[in-house]
Amino acid sequence: MMRVLTWAYLAAAYAFVFLPVAVLVAFSFQDGRLPVPPFKGVTLDWYAKVLGNDDLVAALLNSLLVAVVSSVIALLLGFLAAHALARVRLPRSALMRGVLIAPMTVSYLIIALGLLSLFNMTGVRLSLWTAGIGHVVINLPLCFAITYAAMGDHQRNAERAARDLGAPEWKVLTLISAPMLSAPLAAAFFLSVTFSWDEFIIAFLLTRFDVTLPVEIWSMLKSGLSPATNAVGSLVFLVSVTLVILLELTVFRKRP
Amino acid sequence: MTAAVRIADVSQRYGAALALDRVSLEIEAGEFVVLLGPSGCGKTTLLNIIGGFAEPTEGTVLIGGRDMAGVAPKDRPTTTVFQDYALFPHMSLRDNVAFGLRMRGVHRASRASKADEMLALVGLEGRGDRRPHELSGGQRQRVALARALAVEPDVLLLDEPLGALDLKLRRQMQDELKAIQRRVGTTFVHVTHDQEEAMAIADRIVVMNAGRIEHHGPPREVYLYPKTLFTASFMGEVNRIPVQGGRAPFGPVPVPDGTLLIRPEAIRPTGSLHIGLCKVEDAAFFGTHVRAHVTPVTAQDLTLVVHLPQSQLPEAGAVMDLGAETYVVLTK
Amino acid sequence: MSLASRERRLAWALLAPALLWTAAFFLLPFVAMIALSFAHMEGREVVQGFDPDNYSRILTDPVIRGALWNSLQITVVVTVISVLLAYPLAAIIAFRVPARWQRLALLMAVLPFWTSYVVRSYSWLLVLGQNGVVNKALLGLGVIAEPLEIASTRAATVIGFVHFFVMLLTLTIYANLIQLSPNYSRAAQDLGASRWQTFTLVILPLTLPGVVTGAFLTFVLCIGDYITPQILGGNTELTLPQLIMLQLGRSGNFPLASALSVVLMAVVTLAYFLSIRWLRLDRV
Repeated sequence: MMRVLTWAYLAAAYAFVFLPVAVLVAFSFQDGRLPVPPFKGVTLDWYAKVLGNDDLVAALLNSLLVAVVSSVIALLLGFLAAHALARVRLPRSALMRGVLIAPMTVSYLIIALGLLSLFNMTGVRLSLWTAGIGHVVINLPLCFAITYAAMGDHQRNAERAARDLGAPEWKVLTLISAPMLSAPLAAAFFLSVTFSWDEFIIAFLLTRFDVTLPVEIWSMLKSGLSPATNAVGSLVFLVSVTLVILLELTVFRKRP
Repeated sequence: MTAAVRIADVSQRYGAALALDRVSLEIEAGEFVVLLGPSGCGKTTLLNIIGGFAEPTEGTVLIGGRDMAGVAPKDRPTTTVFQDYALFPHMSLRDNVAFGLRMRGVHRASRASKADEMLALVGLEGRGDRRPHELSGGQRQRVALARALAVEPDVLLLDEPLGALDLKLRRQMQDELKAIQRRVGTTFVHVTHDQEEAMAIADRIVVMNAGRIEHHGPPREVYLYPKTLFTASFMGEVNRIPVQGGRAPFGPVPVPDGTLLIRPEAIRPTGSLHIGLCKVEDAAFFGTHVRAHVTPVTAQDLTLVVHLPQSQLPEAGAVMDLGAETYVVLTK
Repeated sequence: MSLASRERRLAWALLAPALLWTAAFFLLPFVAMIALSFAHMEGREVVQGFDPDNYSRILTDPVIRGALWNSLQITVVVTVISVLLAYPLAAIIAFRVPARWQRLALLMAVLPFWTSYVVRSYSWLLVLGQNGVVNKALLGLGVIAEPLEIASTRAATVIGFVHFFVMLLTLTIYANLIQLSPNYSRAAQDLGASRWQTFTLVILPLTLPGVVTGAFLTFVLCIGDYITPQILGGNTELTLPQLIMLQLGRSGNFPLASALSVVLMAVVTLAYFLSIRWLRLDRV
């Protein structure tokens, strides 16, 4: 009896979780004006329309650009900071760690608002760069936390050995520390890209003319229900899932 | 209380691998049995099978005459002391020790007093209100023991419980385990890979290797008169000398053909078995004895390990006349 | 220069970029925002000053109070439901699914996580709308005569949120469950506990801190979210984030928006201090 309940719950949970995605993908092929039942037939027209939409493609590339650049910066800053704090006993290091991690606890809306106020006051124009700055703010704590947690004696001893053999600090970082931490660094980078790629509110408030994909999709929503939106959503989903599977098979498999 | 355990032709298969190969063993009620062997020999698997955490692929397990097939751990008259103690961190020591009694529906007041009693038995009197994280490793181990004994099991199973302790503490705990077992009279089945520990506490040692029992018997018998080569080398250092046609490499010996086993401490200046003149290769002071490598003059290829009294520290190159009093021959 | 002080200078140099970035683009805007909350609007100009007008307005204005109350209600309901649904799911995957399939089972349970958040909320609009899948199915089955008004209501917002947070919480609770030494349940069962007793007396208390952490995360993300209520909630009952965004629109009332944000932060901080009692359970 318990067994039946257990598997029934699992099935129901999966059904609930997949319902909207299933509907999304199914009606992206809708041969009709609205992505709602009844299902009128299969067509790839909407996908063609989406892929041919210059604004969407531009937004996609912008999203990629912002995600990668902001993640690289966040990772670099986070890694160096984690290295510094893990290695040397600085005064008030707990406070500094707290400061670096603090943005993780604040709502993105508030971070966006704060930056908007700052840019307004200083007269900085809104662009992909301003959105990127915001993305670094939200991803830096994550990169720092993951890297800091991953630093252990094993890699510290290797660094000591390298210094002992005469390596300057920058060589220790690039030839010893970074490679030894490649798995957590890759994980932090991947997570940052994921968060940035999908991030809406900061991108929405801090961009003007060039926008990211979530913002572009948002404006599509304003014009009402359309299978085109389904098509975009399905494509984004497909790409993300493929990336996750690829990463699962390559990076994460390295663990013994 | 206490009960006898009977293991009959138990085999355990994991896919293609055979963890236990037709193992049979009779454990008497009230015995302190130690399952000894290297990792992978099947000792923990056997313990888990007795405890009910694994079902054997073949064979039967009887505890107190009762067949344990299909019986869950909670219904068996056994309790286990785990390697990582598994004390419940969110409960006080008293609640930890009383847990089993609580499961049996014992009243709060009586199970609390019994728990305090058990804590006193293991030397942690009056600490019932503490939490596990406040204790040291050795103390946690005792609480785990108290918890397992509180329900008065017929058989207590111990899975390498002393592994995490340092040497001095381990020796102390070994003595205490032995004393407690004598007091409560429960059958103890203890798993370890440390032969010294086994000898210190066991009534009977069961030496296991690759899923089979090599030899079982009292420590003295297993050490001095091992039945297999594996047992001999696992129980301690031993010299292995091939004998063919009444001759060993260093000369004639009054023993049948096979492998002659002599313990390093059994080699003396005299003995019923004469080895002859030996040249000392090296000697080192080991505290209780001097450990030396010697080569018989008549068998330059053979190196023997010898334990000399601590007063003797020969120079390399010195020659000694040696023999052995106790020895064993294993025939094919 | 001594070795130790040289090491320290180097450490400071490595640490500086991250600290400066955080200070310039997080702390500074934060302080600026708080300062701004005490300003007021004159026409289209922002006039600085120490003016608690905005805050008194927040305390008295029924629309604002309604939005705050609405946000709190929705967030609490979402958190409770999500935890209650996610825990069994995580437990089933962790304890009942064979080890080989666990990773796959977990991945399947959170796969929709990877649809864009905006798109995900939009999909619920499709499902719950008047012409959506749910209504069409219920009509077809004859359960109802007229389509139900589910979308553009608070219920839709809750469903949309629960969908997301069940996935998030399943991940975090699973990670927590899998860390438990299997010997805890073995010991409990060995001592005579049934499966249910093992769960309620041992497993549940031990995983509670992890659950509380997940619940807190859910609370913070939910109460600060603009997207889901905006898409699914309709325009009658607003949430606090929607209200904040409204201030940025036409009227451009930055001071009020800032004050509302400060209130949002205060609520989150309060939730943090309430949950910290649970987060500090003794752990070995």
